[in-house]
Amino acid sequence: MSVILSARALRKHYPKVKAVDGVSVDVEEGTCLGLLGPNGAGKSTTVEMLEGLVTPTSGEIQFRGKPIAETNYRDRVGIQFQNTALQDFLTVRDNLKLFAALYRRTSSIDSLIEACRLEEFLDRDHRKLSGGQRQRMLLAIALINDPDLVFLDEPTTGLDPQARRNFWELVLEIKRRGTTIVLTTHYMEEAYLLCDEIGIMDHGRMIASGAPAQLLADHFNDTVLELPAIEVDGRELEMPLVRKTDRVEILSVDVNRSVQQLIAAGLSLTHLKIRPRTLEDLYLHLTGTELRS
Amino acid sequence: MTPLFAMIRARMLEILRDRAALTWNLVFAPMLVIGVAMFVSNEPQKVLKVGVLGDVPALTASNPFLKTDAVDFLPQPDLDKAIDKVKRHSLDLLVDLNTQPVHYWMNDDSAKGRLVQSLLKAQAPDAELQTVTGSQIRYADWLVPGLLGVNIMFSCLFSMCHVIIKYRMSGYLKRLKGTPLRAIEFLAAQLVACTVLIVLVAAIIFTACRILLHLRMEGSYLDLLAVVTLGAMSIMSMSLVLSVRSASQELANGMLNLISWPMMIMSGVFFSLDGAPAFIQKLAAFFPLTHMLTAARAVMLDGAGLHDIAYPVTAMVGMICVYLAVGAGLFRWTLD
Repeated sequence: MSVILSARALRKHYPKVKAVDGVSVDVEEGTCLGLLGPNGAGKSTTVEMLEGLVTPTSGEIQFRGKPIAETNYRDRVGIQFQNTALQDFLTVRDNLKLFAALYRRTSSIDSLIEACRLEEFLDRDHRKLSGGQRQRMLLAIALINDPDLVFLDEPTTGLDPQARRNFWELVLEIKRRGTTIVLTTHYMEEAYLLCDEIGIMDHGRMIASGAPAQLLADHFNDTVLELPAIEVDGRELEMPLVRKTDRVEILSVDVNRSVQQLIAAGLSLTHLKIRPRTLEDLYLHLTGTELRS
Repeated sequence: MTPLFAMIRARMLEILRDRAALTWNLVFAPMLVIGVAMFVSNEPQKVLKVGVLGDVPALTASNPFLKTDAVDFLPQPDLDKAIDKVKRHSLDLLVDLNTQPVHYWMNDDSAKGRLVQSLLKAQAPDAELQTVTGSQIRYADWLVPGLLGVNIMFSCLFSMCHVIIKYRMSGYLKRLKGTPLRAIEFLAAQLVACTVLIVLVAAIIFTACRILLHLRMEGSYLDLLAVVTLGAMSIMSMSLVLSVRSASQELANGMLNLISWPMMIMSGVFFSLDGAPAFIQKLAAFFPLTHMLTAARAVMLDGAGLHDIAYPVTAMVGMICVYLAVGAGLFRWTLD
């Protein structure tokens, strides 16, 4: 697979803040790259530089091997912000027509309406859409120019579980068509499901990147056994464990042996959960649990 | 559809579907202007201006009338031009003190003219009123274009500037930045869409004034339409320059007030700039409203054609080009 988007040593320094401090990333054609990180980690600034909306202080971004300024980059990318603002009083159809007119190459509006399931509210003022409907409309706008590369910035934040899963289906459909996706999200489940590669950012730097499964394998060799905290309280266990508010996590490299130890300690295993390490574990492992602004 | 026309269409839809704003613009704004026009059309002006044929300083010693307080005596070298000013209410009265008895000219419709006449008669009882040939211009005929101009000025300044700042603050401009749309296309679209609405409102006000006040209209309607369109576009282009890098409505309001009030006062809306200090007259030439009013009054009151108003028309076209070029050059989609 060829690299469609490549960034080298991207920096964005403001007078008092180093928002992004030397990020490099390659996005292969037809894949989905997920950028994860706490609030203030620099992922939004990184994505805005990759979108061509913010000029880097230093570093270079190439699209298909050429600096983006030397390409028809804006014609070839689609963008969906978390909260894309639009003109007041325009319907869904008006917005699709407007954005279609801004590009030289466009998708069929009818097929986008069908793909994003917009038929029911096509003539509704966009301000009167539900969260899920609005995100589907914004996705259709992001795809209006039949882009080679589409940026989705926290597209499912604030959606209910049904709307979120519905949106994931749409994104997977886009992937199947071969469109490259750069996604930022706070939902680890979403990143795991949709992304071929992920990058975890913190303090303006890329602190880990790779395929989700590979990253988990690189950082963990254990399995998590979860028990309600009330079952474990007051007992001494000779095993590595992490106490959470309502539960205790036992980190085990040998699940059979750990279960035997728990039985031997006289614990009830009725509510025992055994799960592999997840992206959320990795995320918290790398970025810590401290609350960010 | 080209990006420019798509943006114009979108902005027009936004304007037309905003019923509250549209109702205000189409109903209340014209009512306000017409109401003020009807109110002031019977009110005397507060400043008295008397044109004097000949050398004022030399005549002052021998003519006590020229020492009258609260009257501005303005030397007039050309009789015909001075009589035109009387007709247009630029002068309240014209007097020739070199004749015996004294001759004077006055617009019958001018309340201030009659006041100055009584002052003159007190000093020179045998002064003779000379006939002002041709139709005389009522104060309302002279004032309404000014009021219309003020309405256009405020609509242009605030609509353009506020819309762009609103788009920037909401993030809409950031979204548009991610498309191939060029700044000049976006700005031109805003300019055209707002111009259509503002000229439409101006046409409604003008028509209402024609019917209710029998407003004088000597020239071509198309010429007047061209003048108002250019005037609106030149004022909006000026407003555009203020909005290109602003992200605060409050800051924009301050800047707009700083521009709008001097422009309203110095552009000859309520009173003629004849007799005003030279620097005021020079400063007024930088305001698009001055040129729009000069040209509109010439078309409406004197029946001037476009070739007669080539100077103000050229000035407005120049301002549109300069302000639009500066605006497009300085324009920022986002202020990161």
